[in-house]
Amino acid sequence: MNIVVCVKQVPDTTEIKIDPVKNTLIRKGVPSILNPFDKNALEQALKLKDRYGGRVTVISMGPDHAKEVLREALSMGADKAYLVTDRAFGGSDTYATSYILSKVIEKLGSFDFVLVGKQAIDGDTGQTGSSIAEHLGISRLSYVLDIEISESKCIVKRQVEEGIEVVETKLPVLCTLTKESNKPRYATIRGKIDSLKAEIEEIHLTDVPDIDTTKIGLNGSPTRVKATFTPKRQSSGEIMEAVNPEKTAKVLVGKLVESKLL
Amino acid sequence: MRGGKLMSLLYTKEQKELIALVKEMAENEIKPYIQELDEKGECPREMFKCSFDMGLHMLEIPKSYGGTGLSYETTAMIFEELAKVDAGYAVTFVTTFVALRNVILSGTPEQGKYFADVIGKGNFASFALTEPNAGSDPAAIRGTAVKDGDEYILNASKTFITNGALASLFVGFFKTDPEAGHNGISTFIIDADTPGITIGKHEDKMGLRLSNTTDVIFEDVRVPASNMLGKDGGGFKLALNALNLSRAFVATLAVGIMQRALDESIKYAKERKQFGKPIIKFQMVQQMLADMAIKIEASRVLVNNTMRLMDNGNLVRKEGAITKTFVSDCAQEVTSNAVQIFGGYGYSKEYPVEKLMRDCKVFQIFEGTNQIQRMTIAGVLEREYK
Amino acid sequence: MSFEEYKDIWVFIECFQGQPKNVGFELLGQGRILADRLKQKLCAVVIESNVDKAIDGAKCYGADKIYVVQGEEYKNYSSDSYGNAFLKLCHKYRPNTILIGATIRGRELGSKIAVSLRTGLTADCTALSVDEDNANVVWERPAFGGNLYAQILCSGTRPQMGTVRPGAFKKPEKEENNISKIITENIRMDKVSALTKVIDFIKSTEDAGVKLEEAEYIVSGGRGMKGPENFAMLKELADLLGGAVGASRAAVDSGWVPQSKQVGQTGKTVSPRVYIACGISGAVQHLAGMSSSDTIIAINKDESAPIFEVADYGVVGDVFEMVPALIKEVRSIKNL
Repeated sequence: MNIVVCVKQVPDTTEIKIDPVKNTLIRKGVPSILNPFDKNALEQALKLKDRYGGRVTVISMGPDHAKEVLREALSMGADKAYLVTDRAFGGSDTYATSYILSKVIEKLGSFDFVLVGKQAIDGDTGQTGSSIAEHLGISRLSYVLDIEISESKCIVKRQVEEGIEVVETKLPVLCTLTKESNKPRYATIRGKIDSLKAEIEEIHLTDVPDIDTTKIGLNGSPTRVKATFTPKRQSSGEIMEAVNPEKTAKVLVGKLVESKLL
Repeated sequence: MRGGKLMSLLYTKEQKELIALVKEMAENEIKPYIQELDEKGECPREMFKCSFDMGLHMLEIPKSYGGTGLSYETTAMIFEELAKVDAGYAVTFVTTFVALRNVILSGTPEQGKYFADVIGKGNFASFALTEPNAGSDPAAIRGTAVKDGDEYILNASKTFITNGALASLFVGFFKTDPEAGHNGISTFIIDADTPGITIGKHEDKMGLRLSNTTDVIFEDVRVPASNMLGKDGGGFKLALNALNLSRAFVATLAVGIMQRALDESIKYAKERKQFGKPIIKFQMVQQMLADMAIKIEASRVLVNNTMRLMDNGNLVRKEGAITKTFVSDCAQEVTSNAVQIFGGYGYSKEYPVEKLMRDCKVFQIFEGTNQIQRMTIAGVLEREYK
Repeated sequence: MSFEEYKDIWVFIECFQGQPKNVGFELLGQGRILADRLKQKLCAVVIESNVDKAIDGAKCYGADKIYVVQGEEYKNYSSDSYGNAFLKLCHKYRPNTILIGATIRGRELGSKIAVSLRTGLTADCTALSVDEDNANVVWERPAFGGNLYAQILCSGTRPQMGTVRPGAFKKPEKEENNISKIITENIRMDKVSALTKVIDFIKSTEDAGVKLEEAEYIVSGGRGMKGPENFAMLKELADLLGGAVGASRAAVDSGWVPQSKQVGQTGKTVSPRVYIACGISGAVQHLAGMSSSDTIIAINKDESAPIFEVADYGVVGDVFEMVPALIKEVRSIKNL
């Protein structure tokens, strides 16, 4: 069985602060991590490998230091890792990024599963996985909790708002994973040592000769950022000290009743 | 709160990453349970699963036997990290390494492979030397091994045996020649499920309460003669050589205990306010913290250097004794200071430091008491100066 | 660029077992604003086996036209069959703008359509407006865990698409007298072509009662609640108010409440009338999920907690004293 996992290196957005003067993001000193949901995707791939045998290949599109997350994936048990990197890929939106990844996946050979995290905690679009599936011409199931294969049938349990759907799917298929899907394993000591020495192959534009260059990079992106801003804080609220909780409660509820909120 | 920076060793990238990995696992998977387990004085086997999964039991198994074959230097760093969470938990693995070391040093390749395979599956081993009347004086052991055909019959009453109830394998010391003093001791590998082995009571200890310590009774236990490690009567020397290495190694756990004590103390001293300011601003608290840092720093560097000597193949008879003695004595002061800094709260079991003080006392006692260590050092000095 | 042949604002009316979800109606409200600005029609898209309620709802919430695709194969959502139907409608009718609720299924559907049509989709929008000069919708959305907001344009292709989180906008007023033109299209998908097939459904037992995304009153707990047992009093208050219980990521990560209760950038977005944050510090990624609530009340021991910067009413105090006091007071004014 061949499983491809797409991972992304992201800034740890829980650590990001906003510069109070310039009103911009302070990215300096913010650690880069493996996107947490991609870790869940990788864990699912490793579980499938544990259960059914096969190979887990990890790919990431990013600059050179994204190799760190590929090494992390190897240390957890992935078999091979590739960094998809090229100047020409820079500035890609979801459409272009998913297109590039889909061409790389095709190049790597036949696959049964493509697993990705449900969203990246920096872009937060949650669209890349489903878009990759469309470029590949396969179906997708998001918020997958478990994958089972029995008698050449693939049965997937996935979360929906109303409960859990049990879906039978043809292979290959793309699945997105979330925190509830599994608890990612730790690397092993052996895995960590080997991953630090592992060779991470790079895939450049020239390595994917049949790629349509009108669909990549800034020019291949149908969406464009017009402007960015940091959320404004309105400090117009009324702050009370709860010296006497009962009294404060009375005052608070009173105000809500007044504003017809209760 | 971020803190506890690695101190001034020149860590390689690999070492830093391995330390970070073990730190993350220990803090998430082991630390939350420690307070309760320390109170109960036990450590159920499931607690070790995360460490087995990570491969912590494979570190000292040589690569030729399918292990990780990591250097003493790096292994010591990993175990310092584990000891910050609980030294008793860490000792369970370290003791297994002690037993393993005996087999690797003095055993045949077949014996080494057999031992490594059992441990590699996720098992523990134990080192059975001490008896009620033979602690500092191991030559006084009364346990016997009597040859019978191609077997030996073992009889002994061993006490204070770490991993007694957990071990799948014992490395045990018995007299094949009771008249020959220390030259009459031989060493055997014993499977824990061999008939005649009884595990006695679990010791209710002051500290290292997660470490399993029991009596082990051998009553007419039959082992194949091929289970003898090294030569007949060579057991004493074998034990000493192995203990030289493990004595130094065990000091890394005390460094971990001390570092934890310092981390907790600084965190507390920055938060606790008296007389209008955090107590870390008071000079006498600063003095204590500085003295703690001095001792930890010196201890860590000493352990690291001794590990490097061991990696180089040195026997470290003197260095191991110096390391263990110095570090364990430091740990007494450091952990006592930690309780002092916490004040009344430090005396309470609700706060983490009193446990550290209880845990480190035994480091002045086991692996050869510090008094014996000083005699050893003096003896080496006398011989060195001709 | 001239997009003259692309007309109308389309809103997907997602349903579950024949029951339309609120998000479709919330988007009809936003769609109406866009349609009026762009001087185009507002259309609803219904793909279902049981279409009546969806058609009725779309009519009442202001759709000018309703495209209907009906068939047994649409009983359960599948991105293949729904996507196929939606795409055929797009090819035939060429919509200018498509709005889809950012539900689990909606996200699958939206991105499938966008890639197939080689057009831009902006996900999880929190605000929509129109660019003055060129009839581009300005899609506004949070990123970096809510630390940054971006305005996105899809200026070179049509349709321009966006997904919007349920609860980000309020439903418009119902117009019972509205008349919609219903256009039925016979688009079928044979069983063989379907790549996925729902074979079973396990209903969730947790969220009995008011759904978080639709609650008018939310009482939410964070790290300051100190443990799962303390959420009981939050539930008591929520029940009294006729609302739901929410939680911050810290409470969910600690295992105190299920993830379905999480409010925030990686959880749900809510905009109730009243949001009461108990023991929640107000991390940016939490604010991203609730800052558009009408009235925010915060209770926290720490006066410097960021939640107080967005709260309309802040109480610096102990939740374990304030919440019981609030319960008592609400009971008394409601005579319970």
